Amino acid sequence: MTDVTKAPNPVAAAFCDAGLTALIAFALFLPLIGFQAISNIRNEIVVTWRGTFLFTLVAIIGCGRLCFALAIDPWLKRRALRPAKATPAWRAVFGKWFIPFAIGFTIVYPFVVLATAGTGGALKWVDNFGIQILIYIMLGFGLNIVVGLAGLLDLGYVAFYAVGAYSYALLAKEFGFSFWILLPLAGCLASFWGILLGFPVLRLRGDYLAIVTLAFGEIIRIVLVNFVALTNGYAGIGGIPRPSFFGIPFNADDNGFAAVFGLPFTPIYRTIFLYYLILGLALLTCYVTIRLRRLPVGRAWEALREDEIACRSLGINTTNTKLTAFAMGAMFAGFAGSFFAARQGFISPESFTFLESATILSIVVLGGMGSQIGVAIAAIAMIGGTEITRDLDFLKQIFGSTFDPTQYRMLIFGFAMVLIMIWRPRGLISTRSPSVFLKERKTISADLVGEGHG
Amino acid sequence: MRDPADILLRVEQLTMRFGGLVAVDHLSFEARKGEITALIGPNGAGKTTVFNCITGFYKPTEGRIGLRHGGMAAWDGLEALTDSGKRQAKHGDGALFLLERMPDYLVSQQARVARTFQNIRLFPGMTVLENLMVAQHNRLMLASGYTLLGVLGFPSYAAAERAAIEQARAWLDRVGLIGRADDPAGDLPYGAQRRLEIARAMCTEPVLLCLDEPAAGLNPRESAELNELLLSIRTDNHMSILLIEHDMSVVMEISDHIVVLDYGVKIADGSPEAVRNDEKVIAAYLGVPDAEVAKVEAEVGA
Repeated sequence: MTDVTKAPNPVAAAFCDAGLTALIAFALFLPLIGFQAISNIRNEIVVTWRGTFLFTLVAIIGCGRLCFALAIDPWLKRRALRPAKATPAWRAVFGKWFIPFAIGFTIVYPFVVLATAGTGGALKWVDNFGIQILIYIMLGFGLNIVVGLAGLLDLGYVAFYAVGAYSYALLAKEFGFSFWILLPLAGCLASFWGILLGFPVLRLRGDYLAIVTLAFGEIIRIVLVNFVALTNGYAGIGGIPRPSFFGIPFNADDNGFAAVFGLPFTPIYRTIFLYYLILGLALLTCYVTIRLRRLPVGRAWEALREDEIACRSLGINTTNTKLTAFAMGAMFAGFAGSFFAARQGFISPESFTFLESATILSIVVLGGMGSQIGVAIAAIAMIGGTEITRDLDFLKQIFGSTFDPTQYRMLIFGFAMVLIMIWRPRGLISTRSPSVFLKERKTISADLVGEGHG
Repeated sequence: MRDPADILLRVEQLTMRFGGLVAVDHLSFEARKGEITALIGPNGAGKTTVFNCITGFYKPTEGRIGLRHGGMAAWDGLEALTDSGKRQAKHGDGALFLLERMPDYLVSQQARVARTFQNIRLFPGMTVLENLMVAQHNRLMLASGYTLLGVLGFPSYAAAERAAIEQARAWLDRVGLIGRADDPAGDLPYGAQRRLEIARAMCTEPVLLCLDEPAAGLNPRESAELNELLLSIRTDNHMSILLIEHDMSVVMEISDHIVVLDYGVKIADGSPEAVRNDEKVIAAYLGVPDAEVAKVEAEVGA
């Protein structure tokens, strides 16, 4: 270090760096991992030494740092110096065919799964993955209108989902209305609540808006918990009528779906029907949102996100514009909620906690605010990711049979999210596509697009 | 051709107080149709406050701001409208608006007063064309049946949108930005952003265009181009313009009528020549000669 004329040996420097990193890791993990305190049968605390585990981790971190310093870092530097290559031809072809392919895949997905995994396996893949992800895609599309387009930060979005679910459950049980009548009705009721929330929060921006929407979400949940006479409180509502296939119920009766079509009875038919139902709803939401973006109301939402004062100087009624954003977003959440109630057959306030709002919001932020494809990919990654990490049994072979991978599910997941946000700070698809063009549609880079002030 | 009595905007006894500070003090002036009226004065004279009162961004503490559409006869109903407590009244072929009673967006939507801002307020993440489409929001909203017909894809909206794009294209031609129509507005150089903001204001089809320091930050060549643009908007579009400006080369060259403010009070009002030679204006801008300091001090009681 004292000899400035001589360039430092990169390999020696890398080893030095890796050693230092390993040392820091050792110091950090020594109390956290090195010692384990377990209370024994007489309730005494016994400290055990976990040397192997500790040194394995320190070695992994040291080697990782060495790898980075010797291979990845020089590679990144070389890559940064190289002139930018023109977009390869396959990217253009990929961009052109990606959406039709993705929609085609979602349509054939249940049958692909049915053919490969059999009836028993397909139930898990269509229900846990297909339907679950599509519900969140739909919720993501709905919240994208409020957060991504209009730039209003809404932390209580799950409230509208709950309104939709309880509207369907209560009206279907009390009055016996069919799913197809209650679906639009639940959407209307949810958007009514959206407008109701919209009025008091119109003057608020940024953090203040976020806090009030958060409070609104909690109010709805607490009302659902405590208004026992109507909602049955924590016990929830069970036995919610299931949607039927044009009047044919999915049961084992003689007039059930399987019997009518001469098929052997399995629960998979209902699941596949529900899958196509939510797929249709999600595609409808996506289509309507894309249409709205090209209509004056959609442009006004985006203009509102960019500059509210300029909007008012152009004669745009910002109050109404914000209310329509809240109402549209809430309406789609209401649709999704009534579907959720119909699919589960049982709902309780436990399904509508703040964690749900946070999940939906992170789908929108992770996907890139305002981007439909980004939101869909983020929902697949987030929901599919949490489902996939349920089966991490292979980790037992690494960390021993006492290791319970499900406990680390959220840790792994959170770590993955941090990495994605470092790699793509403005979300997976952060560029904006203009709603109208004269000669060619050029995408707009994220640093010009506003994030809204609430 | 222009009638000196053809009053479009009448500001009377306008006062705006912020707590103990009187930003504008009983200001009265008139802007005539088809003229460029300039509002000048040293920094902090209250010019932008007057603008914000006219365009509804501030509610004035006192005073009346009347604007007419159509013929001069509309002014006859001014007192009746004031007493009625309403914002606007139809009068024969025209209408009369009391701007101090209207919220900001209605000033643009119904009274048709468009404005630009001292620190440019474009939508930087939207393209140049989209900026001009947002300006035609209210017309397009009506054509899209308040979104309902638009979502269902009715042809009436498609036609209205084509017309809106045509109008935007015409304005982009006028301000020389047609080649950059599909670029984001935030990517434009400063002078082009100023011109785009004027084009955007014109796309709302106003009867009065209020420009807050349109030449700020422009170089002499851009400033000369701006003069040409404003004169052509006045002559070819028969637009009335109200202008705040510091750049005297712009003000003296294009204004038909100048109002000078100092500390919220009107100190001069008249043609450019008259204002240029007005002693009070010279004193406000340059200070008074040494010989007169004693006299001025005695006047203000120092």
